[in-house]
Amino acid sequence: MDNKRKYVIPGDVVTTGPFRPEQNVILEGEKIISTAVGISEIYEDSVRVISLTGKYIPKIDDLVIGKVNSHTSLSWELDINSCYVGFLPAQDVFGRDFSAHADELATKLKTGDLVAARIANFDRTRDPLVTISDRDLGAIDSGVLVKISPSKVPRLIGKRGSMIQMIEMATNAAVTIGQNGWVVVSCETPEGLLKAKKAIEMVNQKAHVANLTDQIKEMLEIKDDET
Amino acid sequence: MGGRDATMVLLDENGVRCDGRKIDETRRIMIKAGGLKNADGSAYIEFGDNKILVGVFGPRDVHPKHMSNTDTGILRVRYHMEPFSVGDRKNPAPSRREIEISKVIKEALEPAVMLEKFPRTAVDVFIEVLQADGGTRCAALTAASVALADAGIPMRDMVAAVASGKVADTIILDVNNEEDQAGQADMPIGYMPSLDKITLLQLDGVLTPEEYKKCVDVGVKGCKIVYELQKKALKDKYFGKGGD
Repeated sequence: MDNKRKYVIPGDVVTTGPFRPEQNVILEGEKIISTAVGISEIYEDSVRVISLTGKYIPKIDDLVIGKVNSHTSLSWELDINSCYVGFLPAQDVFGRDFSAHADELATKLKTGDLVAARIANFDRTRDPLVTISDRDLGAIDSGVLVKISPSKVPRLIGKRGSMIQMIEMATNAAVTIGQNGWVVVSCETPEGLLKAKKAIEMVNQKAHVANLTDQIKEMLEIKDDET
Repeated sequence: MGGRDATMVLLDENGVRCDGRKIDETRRIMIKAGGLKNADGSAYIEFGDNKILVGVFGPRDVHPKHMSNTDTGILRVRYHMEPFSVGDRKNPAPSRREIEISKVIKEALEPAVMLEKFPRTAVDVFIEVLQADGGTRCAALTAASVALADAGIPMRDMVAAVASGKVADTIILDVNNEEDQAGQADMPIGYMPSLDKITLLQLDGVLTPEEYKKCVDVGVKGCKIVYELQKKALKDKYFGKGGD
């Protein structure tokens, strides 16, 4: 992959020429201009900037961790760490034959519950619609919530999941990462839980450091021959 | 005010100004991105004796709800001077002047921020002037732009600002408090360097058409100097010292 990486800030000209503008860039005449503080990547026909700051903006098919804020007789409202609230319709949990007078929403999800959900639909005219009817989705009954910056989620996952796999292997913890920066860690042993939590927080703080993987390895006391 | 000499010469025969600067020299400028933990983005600027802190929140829910716009996000700016920011105590209630400056800064930032990506939300910019010494609106606009970038709000370009003016029949860059009080003209300019567009232009005083053109040119040149410092502030925070 031939991509020149460069540190950019808003207004910087990433490149000029016939490229397709992707994430966080705009086309202004011939110039491709960055709209965020981040790292620019130029591919064969497209240009993108990976932002280093910013709030979570929902994207269709993202896995998010939500917290139940309130409910009406027809739907729940989830806090998904964004400027928009996640909307979870009751049919999604009770099925097609849901009836507003027969079923009570609080029996399934209560205010304050954590939920692993997927963004089913989102456009600029309405709040994001989330779903929990899929494998591995639904209420989360055990674990600790760790909040990290949404822009650092890709770093926590690592290349093809390398970083998170390393943390999971070393601590025997199960980690669910929401794209919105909320992470749930569960583990059978309290030591493993604390260690995994510490590793995740370290990734959050040191996301820009180049040899982060080695530092995490050192902290988790993994010997090189184990991996 | 401030105990400075009232009979000072604004510009002497060697082209040196009352604070020892040359005619095309800015004051000392220091910009720092970040610093406030609870704000989504923040910046601190020292522009000569001006000290200004800016915090940015958002995009977030709009309250009151009727202010929200279904087509785009909205920008709200509050410029506020601390009671201790000037020689005599300033009443902390928003004055006519502060309301005007809030409006012009908001309008100077609007062409840069891309809020159409976040309909039904608001971005709030809070500007606190801790110490004022002439040219606070330019310094505040410069810092607000850094704070918005720090908050990760998509922007077409940064907005850099500096004032130019006329003192003793000479066009000068970066008007300080004394030159503003006793000078002939004061022209704050907000400028987007990469897009080469002016977003703020005010003028207090009288200039001939030639002087006006020169004043704008000098101001734009000054903005480019300020822009380099904005760039450095953001790069220092995100990529470490000397990151490039």
